[in-house]
Amino acid sequence: MNKKLIRWDFWTGVTLLAIVVFGLFLIYPLFSLFVTAFQDPETGAFTMGHFTHFFDRRYYYQSMINSFSVTTCVTVLAIIIGTILAYFMSMYRVRGRNIVEICIIISLLSPPFIGAYSWILIGGRSGVLTQWLQSSFGIEAPSIYGFSGILLVLTLKLYPFIYLYVSGALKSIDAALIEAAESLGCSGIRKVFTVIVPLITPTILAGALMVFMNAMADFGTPMLIGEGFNVMPVMIYSEFINEVGDQANFAAAMAAIMVFITSAIFLLQKYIVNRKSFTMSSLRPIQMGELHGIRNVLMHAGIYLLVALSLVPQLMVIYTSFMKTNGAIFVDGYSLDSYRTIFSSLGSAIQNTYLFSTCAIVFIIFLGMTVAYLTTRRKSWLTEVIDTLTMFPYIIPGSVLGITLLLAFNDEPMLLSGTAFIIIISLVIRRLPYTLRSSSAILYQISPSMEEASISLGASPLKTFFRITAVMMLPGVMSGAILSWITAINELSSSVILFTGATKTMSVAIYTEVIRASYGTAAALSTILTVTTIAAMVIFFKVSGRKDVTL
Amino acid sequence: MSVEINVNKAVKKYGNLTIIPGLDEHIKNGEFFTLLGPSGCGKTTLLRMIAGFNSIEGGTIAFNDKVINDIPAHERNIGMVFQSYAIFPHLTVRENVEYGLKLRKLSKEEMKRKVDEILDVVQITEYQDRLPERLSGGQQQRVALARAIVIHPSVLLMDEPLSNLDAKLRVEMRSAIREVQKQVGITTVYVTHDQEEALSISDRIAVMKKGVIQQTAAPHTIYTRPYNVFVSTFIGHSNLFHATVRADGQGKAVVFRDGYSMPMENLSDEAADGMEVIVSVRPEEFSIQAQGLKCKIKNKVFLGKYNTYFLEFPEEMLIPDQPSIEFSQDLGHAEKLLDIDEEVTLRPNAAKVNIFTADGERNLLRGVVLHE
Ligand SMILES: Nc1ncnc2c1ncn2[C@@H]1O[C@H](COP(=O)(O)OP(=O)(O)OP(=O)(O)O)[C@@H](O)[C@H]1O
Ligand SMILES: [Mg+2]
Repeated sequence: MNKKLIRWDFWTGVTLLAIVVFGLFLIYPLFSLFVTAFQDPETGAFTMGHFTHFFDRRYYYQSMINSFSVTTCVTVLAIIIGTILAYFMSMYRVRGRNIVEICIIISLLSPPFIGAYSWILIGGRSGVLTQWLQSSFGIEAPSIYGFSGILLVLTLKLYPFIYLYVSGALKSIDAALIEAAESLGCSGIRKVFTVIVPLITPTILAGALMVFMNAMADFGTPMLIGEGFNVMPVMIYSEFINEVGDQANFAAAMAAIMVFITSAIFLLQKYIVNRKSFTMSSLRPIQMGELHGIRNVLMHAGIYLLVALSLVPQLMVIYTSFMKTNGAIFVDGYSLDSYRTIFSSLGSAIQNTYLFSTCAIVFIIFLGMTVAYLTTRRKSWLTEVIDTLTMFPYIIPGSVLGITLLLAFNDEPMLLSGTAFIIIISLVIRRLPYTLRSSSAILYQISPSMEEASISLGASPLKTFFRITAVMMLPGVMSGAILSWITAINELSSSVILFTGATKTMSVAIYTEVIRASYGTAAALSTILTVTTIAAMVIFFKVSGRKDVTL
Repeated sequence: MSVEINVNKAVKKYGNLTIIPGLDEHIKNGEFFTLLGPSGCGKTTLLRMIAGFNSIEGGTIAFNDKVINDIPAHERNIGMVFQSYAIFPHLTVRENVEYGLKLRKLSKEEMKRKVDEILDVVQITEYQDRLPERLSGGQQQRVALARAIVIHPSVLLMDEPLSNLDAKLRVEMRSAIREVQKQVGITTVYVTHDQEEALSISDRIAVMKKGVIQQTAAPHTIYTRPYNVFVSTFIGHSNLFHATVRADGQGKAVVFRDGYSMPMENLSDEAADGMEVIVSVRPEEFSIQAQGLKCKIKNKVFLGKYNTYFLEFPEEMLIPDQPSIEFSQDLGHAEKLLDIDEEVTLRPNAAKVNIFTADGERNLLRGVVLHE
C-alpha cells in the first residue's frame, strides 16, 4: 500500500509539474497579456481603446499588413523553392547530395539574423558587392533594405523546412503509384501534377505552416534589414521597450492581435490538413533516375547555386570574423582581434548560452519523456489538458512569449525578470512541444508488452519506466534534443526581451553588437555559434544514425 | 513456489460492456492449463486479469488461498510469455534473463548458476551474449520463456506464444515448452486458439465462449465427451442429427428422423421417452453397414490416411446451418471406396456418439461433467 502511494506520487508529481510549468509560465502570462490589452492604463477599466488605436493609425496597422505580405511571399517562395529542390533531390541522382543536404540543414539551423546582417555586409549601403558594383561599373545596386531584404533572407533561411518535409513525403510514396499512373498513360509533367503533387500536398501544408509561423514571428531579420519597413514583431518590441513605464498596454494589445492571427492561421491549416489527410506507407520507394545532357547540368547548377546562396551568410560571417578591426571598423589584413575582444568582454554571454540551453534541454528531456508517457500510456482528463496546453507554444511568437513572461513576472511576489531562470523557462516552453510530440511518436512504436514483461518480472511500473521504457526511448529523444539544443543556442526573439546585462546570450550579444555596428565581434560570436551548430549536427547524425532531420 | 489458482465469480467489464460475466475455475498446482476459444471470447482478458494487467470488476482470483485482486502485477510473482516475445532490445540475451533476478537481489554466484541452468534448459547458451534483434523467432521465444521461468514464478502465463512462428517451429517449440514446464513443475496457464496445439500440450483445457467456460477437462475428454454442442463442434468436426429418445422395458435408444433406431447403453436418467435430442457423430464414428442412415456422397477429398466424404441427407434429419456433413474413412481398414453420387448406408458407433439436449446446452450421457 505504501509503495502504491509513492508510485502514485511520482506520476502525479510529473503531471503537476507539467501543469505548473505550462499553467504558470504560459497560460497565466498569456492571460495577463490579454487582460492588459483590454485595460485602461490609468483606471484599470475595460477598454477596446488600444485596439481601436491600432486600427486607426496607419503607422500601426501598416505593420500588420507588412507582416502579412512579407510572410505570405516568403511562404509561397519557400514552398516553390523547397518543393522543386526536394523533387529533384529525390527523383534524380545528384552529385554530392550528402554535402548539399548538410548545407541545407545548417542554413536552416543557424540564426536568421546572421543572414540578415551578412547580407547587409554584402549588399548593404557600404556592402562589398554594392561598392564593387559602384566602383567598377558605376551601377547603383538595388537596395537590400526593407521588403526585398526580408524576403531574401527569410526565404533562404526557411525553404529548408519545406525541403525536409517534402523529401520525407516523397520517400514514402510507393513506386507502384507512379507506375500505375504511367501504365494509365500519364507521364512527364502531368504525372507530377496529377499524382505526385496531390500526394504531397498535406505535407507541403504542414511545412508551410512552419514557414509561416517562423517568418511571422521572426524578429531579428526585419529588425536589422527592415529599416523603414515595419513588421509586427519589431513594432511590438519597440512599443514595448518604449512603453515599459506604464503597463505596456498597447504593446500587449498588439501582441494579442498577433496571437489571434497566428491562431487563426494554425486552425485554418489544421482544418485543411484534417480534411485531406491520408497516410502513405511505401513498400518500395521511388527509384532515383538520372538526368542527361543539358538538363543534368541545369539541375546541378540550380541546386549548387541555391546552396551557395544559402551558405553565403555563414561564409561571409566566418570570413569577416578574421578581419582586422580598428574599433568597430574593418581595416586591411587579418587578425584574431575580434575573438580576443569577445573572450575578454563577452565571455559570459558565451557561457550563458551553453549553460541556459543545456539546462533547458535537460529539463525538456525529462518533462518530454515523462509527459509523453503520461499522455500515451496513462490517459486521463488531466493528460488531455496537458496535451492541449502543449499546443499553445506553436502559435505564440517568441517575442510575444517574451513580453508575456516579462509582464507576468515583473512584480513581487513573483519577480523573475532579469533572472536566468526566466530565459531557461522560455526556452523550455518553446521547445518542449516538439520533444513531446516526437517522444510520443517514439512511445507509440514501443509495444506495451515490453513494459508488461518487465512488470511481470517484478519491476514496479516506475522502475519499469526508468529501466525499460526510458532507455528504449532515449536514443530517439536524444537526437531530437540535440536539434532542440541547436535552436536554443540560436534563439533570439524571446531572449532579446528577457535579457539583462548578466543574462545576455550569444545571439543577444550578436544582435546588440550589430546594432552598435561592431561587426567584427558580431561575426566572431556568430562563427562560434555556427561552429557549435555544425558540431552538434555531427553529433546528431552520429547519435541518430540518420541522414535526415525532422524539426 | 508454484500455486493453484482459484477464480471465483470473476467479472470483467469495459465500461458498460461485460466481457466476462462471472467465471469460476480451479487450476491445479503444477498443471498445464489451456484456455481455448474463438477469437474475442475473452481468453487474453482472463489471462491478463490473472497477471494483474487488467482490473477485476467483481469476484476474486486467488493464488492458493490468497486473494490477489488488489496486489499490483509486479508483486504477484508471475512469469509471462508474450505473443510478441517482448524481449528487451537494449539488453543481451543473458541480461534479459537476468533482469527479473536482479530485482530479487540474489547473490552473484546464485544468479549466475540459475541463469546458466535455465539457458541450458531452453538451449540458448550459445547465443547468450547476443543482442536479441539478431535471433530468430524461435530463439527469441526461448529467451522469453527462460526469462519468465528463471524467477521461479508462482504461475507461468502464456498468451499465444507460438502464433508468430512458422508451422514446423511451432510444433518444435510446443514440445520444448511442454518439456520445460514439466521439468520445472510450474502451474501454467496457456492461451491459444489453435485446437491441435491445445490438445497436444495440455493437462486440461478450458473451452471458452463469450466469456463463459463451456467445459474444463482433459484433452481426451474434451474431444470424446464434449459437454455441449458448442464444444463438440468447436473441437474437431461433428455432424448433428435430430433424434428422439425411446425408452421401453429393454432399454433406451435414439430414433433418427428417417426411422433408424440406435440402441444406447450410456444415456443418463434424464433422457426420458419422447425427448427431442441432438445426436452428434464425428466423421470417423460412421462405418459402412447394411443397417444405418441412408445418404448420398456429394463430394470427396483424398487426404492420405483418410478419405473424407461429404454427405447429403434429407434436410429434415439434420440440425440446420451446418457447414458440412462428413464421413472420414480410414484407408488402412477400408474395404470399399465410394464414388460421388453413390448411395450408401452409414451406421454411427453408438458407443462413441454424444447425445445433447435439444437446445444443445448439455450432454445427456452418463458421467459427462462441466468441470472435470
Ligand atoms: N481495452 C478494451 N476495451 C474494450 N473492450 C475490450 C478491450 N480489450 C478487449 N476488449 C474486448 O474484450 C473481448 C475479449 O477480448 P480478448 O482480447 O480477451 O479476446 P481473445 O479471446 O484473447 O481473442 P484472440 O483470440 O483474438 O486473441 C473482445 O470482444 C474485445 O473487443
Ligand atoms: Mg488474445
